[in-house]
Amino acid sequence: MANTITLEIARYSPERDAAPHFQNFEVPVHKEWVVLDALNHIKDQEDGSLTYRWSCRMGICGSCGMMVNGEPKLTCATFLTDYAKQGGKIRVEPLRYFPVVRDLVTELTDFLAKLKKVKPWLVHPNQPPLSEGEFLQTPEQVDRYKQFSMCINCTLCYAACPVVGLDPIFVGPAALALAQRYNKDSRDQGSDERIAVLAHPDGIWGCTFVGECTRVCPKHVDPAGAIQQYKITAVLEWLKSFVTPKGAGVK
Amino acid sequence: MTTESNTRPVHYSEFHPRWYRRPVSVYWWIGQRQYLKFILRELSSVFVATFVVETLFQLNALKGGPQAYAEFQKTLASPLIIALNLLCLLFVLFHTITWFNLAPSAMPIRLGGQRVPTFLVAAPSYVMWAVISAAVYWFVISWSQT
Repeated sequence: MANTITLEIARYSPERDAAPHFQNFEVPVHKEWVVLDALNHIKDQEDGSLTYRWSCRMGICGSCGMMVNGEPKLTCATFLTDYAKQGGKIRVEPLRYFPVVRDLVTELTDFLAKLKKVKPWLVHPNQPPLSEGEFLQTPEQVDRYKQFSMCINCTLCYAACPVVGLDPIFVGPAALALAQRYNKDSRDQGSDERIAVLAHPDGIWGCTFVGECTRVCPKHVDPAGAIQQYKITAVLEWLKSFVTPKGAGVK
Repeated sequence: MTTESNTRPVHYSEFHPRWYRRPVSVYWWIGQRQYLKFILRELSSVFVATFVVETLFQLNALKGGPQAYAEFQKTLASPLIIALNLLCLLFVLFHTITWFNLAPSAMPIRLGGQRVPTFLVAAPSYVMWAVISAAVYWFVISWSQT
């Protein structure tokens, strides 16, 4: 029999509770078990009503993000043994700053609306016909945006960003980084359409460069870097608007 | 989490009739090292500004002649001002180092198609800092000897 560890899990039922409370569960510690395995064990063996999101178990789908001992983590990549060594409990809560629907499930409607606002797709109004062939990119052109394209929308960066908590209309790290992913893509022509949302007090200028979004990102996207880089672009664009009446596109 | 009640007005979504939104405490920046470091970095601007104001007063005293300057120096020698200046020095160092270290994140410099390593982007700032500090030191020392 393996050792056990206590999981202190936030429970919230919108029908019964005015506010969340914690419930303790003892789970076995196996070397290969992550926090998500422990949650699945509880749901299978102890309390089938425990509610949480998960899908791929391999850090790709981005749906199992939760607060683990106060830190935003993908629970599929957070090993129990790391906490068992410290001899402490593991406190599992829903991602911070998001409304809680039930237990560990957060409400993502607002996040998805913000994501859509930055047009995270290739904007190409004068697209040539397919017969002219594909858009070619050099490895260097791909390298310019590749890092920002690794985002899995896990929203850990939102749970790490105090600005998101203090100013709920802030567009937020993932959406702003994703906008930069398309702005920096040589196939995209949508930077002029995005600038109104990005270069706005609720966009990049809302960011105070805490840098926590970059630290917690499981995919090393560096949203904080993307936002600061766009701040420089936006200032140059603003200066350029004095020289050229219509302004040139942000690249 | 268990003790806080939901006092904010709730905006319901189409799909969920009711949810819980945890209020953000005024003291959100205490208790997490990274948040505290951020707040101290922001707060450091106040001490940077304090020292700038002090320098402006010093220049003004210099303009007022030797007697005015000697009097200002006497004020600077008070233990309270020395303590304030020490605090300013610590915060200015913290301000400088944290911002220099953040610079590579905002300026991804590419050479020959490759991104320049972050320490190489930060290094020129440190070199310039050392050179300017040495120049100021040399100026002050050589001026005080004449």
